[in-house]
Amino acid sequence: MATPAVRARGITKTFGEVIALNEVDLDIPSGQVHGLVGPNGAGKTTLLGLLLGLSAVDSGTLEVLGSPVGRALTVPDGVAGFVDGPALYPALTARQNLEALASLRGHRTSGARRATEALAEVGLEDVADDRLRGFSLGMRQRLGLAAALLTEPRLLVLDEPANGLDPAGKHHVHRVLTRLAAGGTAVVLSSHRMDDLAALCSEVTLLAGGRVVFTGPLAKLAAESGDLDYRVTTADAAAARAVAASVDDLHVVEADGRSAVDALVVRGGTDAMDRLVVALVHAGVALRELAPVVPPLEAAFLALTLPDDAPVDAPDPKDQEAAR
Amino acid sequence: MTATVAPPAPAEAAASRPAPLGAALLFELAKQLSTWRTRLVLLACWLAPAGFVAVVSQQTPLPADTVFGRWMLSTGWAGALVILGFASSYALPLLTSLVAGDAFAVEDRLGTWRHLVMAVRSPRRIFAAKALAALVVVLVMVLGLAVSGVAGGLLSVGNHPLPGLDGHLLSPADAARTVALAWACALAPTLAYAGVGLLGSVLLGRNPMGLLVPAVLALGLQLVQALPIPVAVRLALPGSALITWRGLFMAPAQTGPLVLGIVVALAWAVVSTGAAYALFVRRDFTDLANDGAGRRTLTGGVLPLAALTAVTVAVVALATPASGSGIDKAKLDANLATSFAHLYRLQTAELHRPAVTEAQLGTSADCDRGGSLGEDVGAGNDWRCVVTWHLPGTTATGSAIYQLDVTADGRYVADGDGPKEVNGYFTVHTVSGDAPNPLWQLDGSVDLLTPSKG
Repeated sequence: MATPAVRARGITKTFGEVIALNEVDLDIPSGQVHGLVGPNGAGKTTLLGLLLGLSAVDSGTLEVLGSPVGRALTVPDGVAGFVDGPALYPALTARQNLEALASLRGHRTSGARRATEALAEVGLEDVADDRLRGFSLGMRQRLGLAAALLTEPRLLVLDEPANGLDPAGKHHVHRVLTRLAAGGTAVVLSSHRMDDLAALCSEVTLLAGGRVVFTGPLAKLAAESGDLDYRVTTADAAAARAVAASVDDLHVVEADGRSAVDALVVRGGTDAMDRLVVALVHAGVALRELAPVVPPLEAAFLALTLPDDAPVDAPDPKDQEAAR
Repeated sequence: MTATVAPPAPAEAAASRPAPLGAALLFELAKQLSTWRTRLVLLACWLAPAGFVAVVSQQTPLPADTVFGRWMLSTGWAGALVILGFASSYALPLLTSLVAGDAFAVEDRLGTWRHLVMAVRSPRRIFAAKALAALVVVLVMVLGLAVSGVAGGLLSVGNHPLPGLDGHLLSPADAARTVALAWACALAPTLAYAGVGLLGSVLLGRNPMGLLVPAVLALGLQLVQALPIPVAVRLALPGSALITWRGLFMAPAQTGPLVLGIVVALAWAVVSTGAAYALFVRRDFTDLANDGAGRRTLTGGVLPLAALTAVTVAVVALATPASGSGIDKAKLDANLATSFAHLYRLQTAELHRPAVTEAQLGTSADCDRGGSLGEDVGAGNDWRCVVTWHLPGTTATGSAIYQLDVTADGRYVADGDGPKEVNGYFTVHTVSGDAPNPLWQLDGSVDLLTPSKG
């Protein structure tokens, strides 16, 4: 069996009285994009910092690319990435930043070539000789990714890489990450954007309060969401409401005033939703749209991280539309 | 943490290698030189002194309140020394503040510590690269000040002999050597300020006070040096060599206070840089909120330097004959008499009179402070001296009066009070017209470290 890119067993990290990570177990194989999600303060950044070698665990064992990591800055070569956003030098150009980094990592003679290739890969070749102080957040994100690519990493650790990216930039970054994973690189991706995770990740790990509350394939996480709210838009809302009321294991949720007048919100499992669609067709009610109010991954995230009695607000449809 | 028994997989366990120090140093230099602030300051260091000296050397009044300022019309070498005097008070602490004081703080401001630590993978090498880069930039700036000042003086006034602080003439070659040595001596306190700058930068992080530490220290030291403190304390301060370089322009050179000042300054440089290093390598780079300050400012920064000050004061007090203020009647008598004799010869040459020697003049001085009521010691502007000498070619003696303003660092300005033909007027009549009177006002410096002869 191939050595996993990351193997953690019972790792704990504290900062004073605060337990940032508590007995965390984690396996991340090579050649896969692995998502890391969790609410603010869950310990994601601490875990990413450990993987990058910025700090050391207090207890437990951590192996990165097959090497045990006992002290800070002892992760093996082949690990790259950033936490809390890429931080490069605004007075230097993009190319100067990358060439200096390549030189520091021992690629003095090939630094210029590597920098040019990395800039081209993230689509920044046109601004290669511009100083960073004029770069947008999205451009900085892409440059941070280029910096990580310089050393041909076997473990790439990225914290919110899609922050500030326009759709084209996001597509660019996704393509790069997919290519890296296909080439055998393990990519660990922390993000609050469930659509990014759904598009990229094979598996996810969900942290809450410094503990792993879920780790596994995305589909399995989605299944954790239980019954979901669905928005049902039909040609005849009143008739649809009557039909929905007659379907077993399906509840009509009172409108909150934000839904369109021809829409209905119902709550149920996938079986109940199947029966609703059949019933609507039998009743001659034209179905225009059927979609979960909260995406399954997000619903699973909320189900696993929020206290049981915490209210779950459905996102505003306008926000969802804007996000799309 | 618990022991990990799994050995590294041979194919994948490439050991983490720190970046080469040379590459880290080049990167730090590139970062320094990429900022407009550093570029402008470097440009100013290499151009401004030349411009200043060239302009001032062409006009009157001269900056007579600065040592050697009154000789700027006479020799090009005086300009570089005026610049050194100015740099000693203001420029060197400010330059070290801008460069060394910002060496570490800039990473806090930009939020780039994690990036840098991951790239270099060794806090020790980061520290070494940053300290060396700051040293290189500061040295280039100081070199610029010196070269520019010399070039401005030589091009605008010329390569003429330089009167020393006791009036003896230094040939152009001797002047060049001594000016270069004086600037080299000023490097020691500059290194001390740079070390303190590094310490402030590590301790205070993005706090703007970190940038100002060398400048604040220099200001504080200047205030202390203006006070009538014991000479053992004065010479144990890290900035004393920025004053005592003047002793190089005496004959014989007053090397005791200068060497002592250099040793103390280098000790400050080592201790402050070492404290900065010790604090830096213990830093948690995952803590983005770190902005220094707190208890470690006292324990890691202030206490080592306070202890060093106490030790150096004790050593100077015990190991040297220094006592009191270091300024007394006997020293002023001897010093002023020597200076007068040397400058009298200069005036004689200006007036095209037959040359005389210092031995023929047999000059002596009798200084008194505050009349018969006060003790004839210490700094003050109430010193009055009567200089007497044998008039050449006669058996008569001449006498001239000077009012002395003696500062606590041993420097004095003697203002001639007459007779008018000797030292009472700022010009003398020569066959080619009026010329500056070298005996009218003169600068001098007493050796604070020598024991009193009184």
